[in-house]
Amino acid sequence: MVRGPKSEVQKPKSKSQGAKSKGEYVGRWTVDLEPRTTDHGPSDHKTMSIAILCDIGSTFTKVVAIDCEEATVLAVGAAPTTIDRDVGDGLRHAVAQVEEQIGPVFSRADLRLACSSAAGGLRMVAIGLVPNLTAEAAKWAALGAGAKLLQTLSFKLSEREIAAIDGTAVDIILLAGGIDGGNSDTILHNARLLARSDLTAPIIVAGNKVVQDKVADILCRAGKDVRVVDNVMPQLETVNIEQARGAIRKLFLEKIVIAKGLDRIQDLIDGVVMPTPSAVMESARLLSRGDGRNKGWGELIVVDVGGATTDVHSMASGSPTLPGVVRKGLVEPWDKRTVEGDLGMRYSAAGLMAAIEEADLLRIGVQLDKEGRFTITEMERFVAMISQESDRICTSEREIVLESIIARAAIETAVTRHAGKLNHTFTPHGKMTIQRGKDLTGVRRIIGTGGVLVRHRSPHCVLAGAVRHPDQADILTPTEGRLYLDKDYIIAAAGLLAKPMPQTAFKLLNQYVTEIYQEERC
Amino acid sequence: MKDRKTVILGVVGADVHAVGNKILNHAFTEAGFHVVNIGVLSSQQDFIEAAIEADADALLVSSLYGHGELDCQGFRDRCIEAGLDDIIIYIGGNLVIGKQDWDGVKERFLAMGFDRAYPPGTLPEGPIHDLKKDLGV
Repeated sequence: MVRGPKSEVQKPKSKSQGAKSKGEYVGRWTVDLEPRTTDHGPSDHKTMSIAILCDIGSTFTKVVAIDCEEATVLAVGAAPTTIDRDVGDGLRHAVAQVEEQIGPVFSRADLRLACSSAAGGLRMVAIGLVPNLTAEAAKWAALGAGAKLLQTLSFKLSEREIAAIDGTAVDIILLAGGIDGGNSDTILHNARLLARSDLTAPIIVAGNKVVQDKVADILCRAGKDVRVVDNVMPQLETVNIEQARGAIRKLFLEKIVIAKGLDRIQDLIDGVVMPTPSAVMESARLLSRGDGRNKGWGELIVVDVGGATTDVHSMASGSPTLPGVVRKGLVEPWDKRTVEGDLGMRYSAAGLMAAIEEADLLRIGVQLDKEGRFTITEMERFVAMISQESDRICTSEREIVLESIIARAAIETAVTRHAGKLNHTFTPHGKMTIQRGKDLTGVRRIIGTGGVLVRHRSPHCVLAGAVRHPDQADILTPTEGRLYLDKDYIIAAAGLLAKPMPQTAFKLLNQYVTEIYQEERC
Repeated sequence: MKDRKTVILGVVGADVHAVGNKILNHAFTEAGFHVVNIGVLSSQQDFIEAAIEADADALLVSSLYGHGELDCQGFRDRCIEAGLDDIIIYIGGNLVIGKQDWDGVKERFLAMGFDRAYPPGTLPEGPIHDLKKDLGV
């Protein structure tokens, strides 16, 4: 996920708040200051309650200063992330940019929080027994805690698989397997292999409770850092990932921050409190549910199109909307996150052509390319180019059209994979419809974020890929919906405020996540 | 927890008969079994995955709509492939269409690898008694 200056180009005036608002070019960032805030000189900030929110990305460290009462963005700064040396350097540079604009606010801010996806993000391996059951539940726990999932493994592990984990610089291992009272051989076998290995990553045990003590004992004796939580699947097809998610969050705060050298900024700020995808999810949850005083937006989807992955978060029950549908498989979490590692717009662009169906590309190509000369060969050439140049900003008319097509196709594919599916089967009682996964057909609000969307001149025509098209009758993506854009890229920052200042965070999101409409050209 | 024997209960194939499934669930639970009920419209794969996670001792397969023979082809082989070598598998219900001689039907299902097969109208007591005997409880 790239969150950096490159994503910011001068935005069209139509997107700013009104005639009075001022688009200021600061460093390489464009900041749309609210009319109200332009009246404030630096001296006015003395009485104001200010929060400093930092997003330490893999490439850029971004700092946002927020006026907590008004819930407005006062200033934004960004500098290259310096994780290799002292991560504080990059942060200080970004803060300096903020202070250039609005004076010395950092030292007197009420709250200074950060999220991070630097140093590879929160790298996890999830281990379960059956791929569709405990391994799937373990995977959801890891993704739901904002992790980057390196591997999901099932059944009894082999020495080769353990060696492969060892080679991936894993931060946390989640070990599940067996429902309560169910299979115990596999998790014991896997614990013994992990115990024998050289892996030093903390291990969260979330499997069959009957052998949890034994599993913990095997690992502890080998000197591993072990945390035991409730089984991710206590009964068949009942998913229970809250405790596991909590343990992952706690480990992130206690150990991972230090292991990644992020603790070097602990004396500058109040803490690196969560991985960036978690912060995005906090915002999604808050927007959906409301802040306790104000009603939320209800069910929604957030699509985050990054350079390396496309993330989809759905805040929705996913219950069947069609009558007579039989639900099969696991009941998925209300707040579900999926990560598509082959659908990134830069670093993983090479995988795009393999991941997206040609027919879908052609269909979208016909829709978006007004010149009508789009071909697969042209797209292959374009994709090869953008995967080579990860910091490329598409500027020529043709490149913009091509990027729109591939981005829309990536969103369509990511949301399709995220959503549930219907299967029809004919029985002596007539046609039966089986639903697996979440039914999102009734979700009416779709929010877009991520570099490609935020900087795009026509984000609506790209994000519209999240809405179901007529050929996809059995894919349970939204059938229609209003589209919104995280226009100033503040969703992750706002997520940091979701717990300490829910009202401010909610107001902030309401002001900066704005509806977008169909544009004339793409 | 492991002192109770675990059974996977379900209705195989594109079969939606739910009433008998609920009665069997109740009867086997009352009889002291830990019943994991995967319900109607269950594939062989659903039974097998449930059995692995639950470390089940037996599979209780129902089929009420006459397609049991087709739905159950290769069931035992798949269990062996999945590592469930010793699992006990029972089947019961309206296994075939039409008025066929039960002995012949039973013979065919035993040949397919089922440990026991029960004709239409079987009350739960019989299979409960048999399962206790087969599991040695």
